[in-house]
Amino acid sequence: MNKTDVLIIGAGPTGLFCAHQLGIIGLQCEIVDNLDKAGGQCIELYPDKPIYDIPAIPECTGEELTNNLLQQIKPFNIKFHLNERVEELKKIENRWHIKTSGNQEFDVSAIIIAGGVGSFEPRKFSVKECEKFEGSSLFYSIKDKTIFKDKTISIFGGGDSALDWAIELSNTSKVNLIHRRDGFSGAESSVQKVKALNDQGKLNLYTKYQMESVSGDNQISSLKIKHDEGKTKQLQSDYVLGFFGLIMQLGPILNWGLNINKKTVEVNTENFETNVDGIFAIGDICSYPGKLKLILSGFHEGALAARGCFRYARPDEKLRFEFSTTSKAAQERLGVKK
Amino acid sequence: MAKITYHTYNNKTQTIDVQNGLTVMEGAVQNDIPGIDADCGGGMACATCHVYVKEDWLGKLPTKEDGEEDMLDMAYEPKQNSRLSCQLIISDELDGLEVTIPEKQA
Repeated sequence: MNKTDVLIIGAGPTGLFCAHQLGIIGLQCEIVDNLDKAGGQCIELYPDKPIYDIPAIPECTGEELTNNLLQQIKPFNIKFHLNERVEELKKIENRWHIKTSGNQEFDVSAIIIAGGVGSFEPRKFSVKECEKFEGSSLFYSIKDKTIFKDKTISIFGGGDSALDWAIELSNTSKVNLIHRRDGFSGAESSVQKVKALNDQGKLNLYTKYQMESVSGDNQISSLKIKHDEGKTKQLQSDYVLGFFGLIMQLGPILNWGLNINKKTVEVNTENFETNVDGIFAIGDICSYPGKLKLILSGFHEGALAARGCFRYARPDEKLRFEFSTTSKAAQERLGVKK
Repeated sequence: MAKITYHTYNNKTQTIDVQNGLTVMEGAVQNDIPGIDADCGGGMACATCHVYVKEDWLGKLPTKEDGEEDMLDMAYEPKQNSRLSCQLIISDELDGLEVTIPEKQA
């Protein structure tokens, strides 16, 4: 059981800066995120793309912003729980107990949801029968590549994951790579490699094809793919892999009794608390009149939510407003006191 | 101002006056048309505003940027007439445009 003052759900820029604001007022927090690294949408969707509207930073990339925020919260030694999704929530007396997908448990005074537009989940095939084979012979990520040795694998997608796995698995397996158009979004060097492997007969590339159906008993045995112009092709296949990127889903948060409106959580603008006492929401996931989905708004929301948590974490104390420039306590917490 | 017709998956059709400068996506979101979530808020970073454009409109729309085609790879059942509605900016020329929202898009 991890006991701390506040649990932040989401390690995007808003969650990271909120951790800073908690730290500076003397509250401890831990952060849970479903991705394998901090940064949220900044790192998952646009690590190399420039951002021009962070106050006092004329231009930075999503990755630079994330790294700077991590640097800024370093003095607080915040514990991250990555690859974990929050699942269950229970109120026990005045404290919240939370359980994650990896069976981590937390006991906290307050929760701050900084979950963006939800947790990232793999985007799936639209063909209904695919569900039946998911986890046994159809996958959206690879955990153990040894199972594919000497088998026939059909890979769908045109991004880096699809191309990289097609190249790698072609060494030990028979690989079909199927993509809906001639162009690929993955790295050009990988595209060239795939085309070369196709020319050498070490891989079969099918472009302008999409999944039509899969069949088999317990395991997939074959699938049908359909060309843009209508003709179909039957492929023998032991495994199917789909790499269509990630989709964002609100997940279990929907069942927490919060007021949800169009996939966002309603909050007040005084301290960004939701309709449930002790649960706050900040960043893209919260809504209120005038809400702007900007990173800078998330920073503001996090500063106020952090202070809102104080009365739950330290019910007998009064929080005094201080500036980091002059506060001895804040500077001690930052480890910069001279 | 342009009249945009949205055909939704439940076979409902809504025609809405959308102001110039907004996008086909915003016209849908502001009028609670189901199936256009626009998770990323118009940043061409998700594919949850994907629509099928009525065939005779295809040539009259602004051409796709590279990123749009890449993102459509991620959309639910993309077709030849697929577009991201966040990239279709309303002008008088789009008056009468019809789009269909894929059956399962969430």
